[in-house]
Parts: sequence; C-alpha cells; structure tokens
Amino acid sequence: MNIALSDYLLVSAALFAIGLAGVVMRRNTLVIYMSLEMMLNASNLALAAFSKFNAALNGQILVFFIITVAAAEVAVGLAIIVALFRVRQTVSADEINLMKY
Amino acid sequence: MNLLFYIFSGLMLLCAALVVANRHPVTSAMLLILVFFFMAGLFVLLEAFFLAVIQVLVYAGAVMVLFLFVMMLLDIRSSQIRRQNAPAMLAGLSVGFAFWVEFWLILRHSALPVGAPMNFDAGIRPIGKLLFSEFVLPFEITSLLLLAALVGVVLLSQKETR
Repeated sequence: MNIALSDYLLVSAALFAIGLAGVVMRRNTLVIYMSLEMMLNASNLALAAFSKFNAALNGQILVFFIITVAAAEVAVGLAIIVALFRVRQTVSADEINLMKY
Repeated sequence: MNLLFYIFSGLMLLCAALVVANRHPVTSAMLLILVFFFMAGLFVLLEAFFLAVIQVLVYAGAVMVLFLFVMMLLDIRSSQIRRQNAPAMLAGLSVGFAFWVEFWLILRHSALPVGAPMNFDAGIRPIGKLLFSEFVLPFEITSLLLLAALVGVVLLSQKETR
C-alpha cells in the first residue's frame, strides 16, 4: 500500500496539534515560540504534500515564502523577547502580562 | 519508501512531543533541530528536494542558531524553570487532541487524490522559473520584508539612550 495524501495530512495535523498544545500549556516564551515554529512547519508539510499529489509546483513556492517570512519573524520575535527580558528579567509568560510597563 | 515515511513521521512526532514536554529550553531547541531534520526527510520523500535543502539551511541552520544564541544571551537560571501548572496542561492537551480528531473526521469524509501523478518534475529549475516569472512580485516584496525585519531588529535590540 502506498502512502496516500491523507497520511501526510494526518502527520501534518498531528504536528500542528502538538505545537498548539505546546503554545497553550508552556509558560516559557522561548518554548512557546518553538511550538509556533513547529505549527508553521506542519502547514509547510501539508502544502508540500498537496503540491506533489496535484503535480503543481505552486504549493512548494508558497512553502518557500513561508520559510522566508518565518525566518524574518523569528528574528523580530526573539529581539522582542530579549527586549522584554531586559525590562522584566524573566521569560515567563505568566509574568509578562502587561501591555505597557 | 513506505517504511521511510513511517520512520520519519514517527520520529518527528516523538521529538515534537518531547520539545513540548521537556523542561529545559536548550534541550527543547536540540530536539526541535531533530524535528526539522526529519521534516526535511519527509520533504525528500515528497520529491521536494529544494524545500528539503532550504529546510535544513534556514530552519536547522539559521533559525535554531538564533534561538540558541538568545538562550545564551538571556542566561535563564534553573530557578526560573518551574513545573507546569495542571489546568494549562489539561487545556493544552485537550485543545491539541480536539484539533487532531476534528481534522481526522474531516479527512475521513473528503475525497482526496489517492495516487500521486507520475509526471511531476519538482527540480530546482522549474521552481526557479516559476519564482522569477509568475511569482516575481511576491519574491521582491519578500526582500522588502526582510529589510524591514532587519531594521526592526536593530531598533528593538539597541539600548535605550534617551
């Protein structure tokens, strides 16, 4: 039996679900950020699978753009985390709960 | 091929679960690198060779190095690593499980293509042609986005002088 499209989509959904659970249950902002990266990667897997099973390259192009934007987003997000750490001396999401300090 | 799919996806999901479950952020980062490598393996199985290379270069290389640098910079003491609180854990697990079950139910009732088409050329050459013809505007906008991110990061990480 060959691997079907739904198998790839199920794996992608499982990875997304793990990332979602991580975002909800972890308190460390760095780990929350890592879980977000995992969710982005899960969507990439779904797009690449659709791309192959429809024999169209557009999905892969979209994954390329997602990876580029994710790299930029990680740089900005980590800079924000460092700036927050300078002010509050913590990376716990429980203690970073004010919009203005 | 089939066996490789099960190995890659199984190990990837295991590492992903350990990323979330692990208490120490540096260990989580190392496991996340493994997740990205297994994802690159899945991309190879999907004949997306270009994406596999990009995945390893950008994610496992650049992004994770950035994560580890920031962790070294922040110097999180072990006293700050606390145990999980039970309500958040329960909420996270139930939300993730509910999402997966929902997705599974949708997949079961949808008509998806079963077999992959044979004539699919996913080399770097067709991707490059597509990127510089049909998708040239988003490609250029991406460069602007990267520039904006660069300026933003420099602005965010400079010390307050006033």
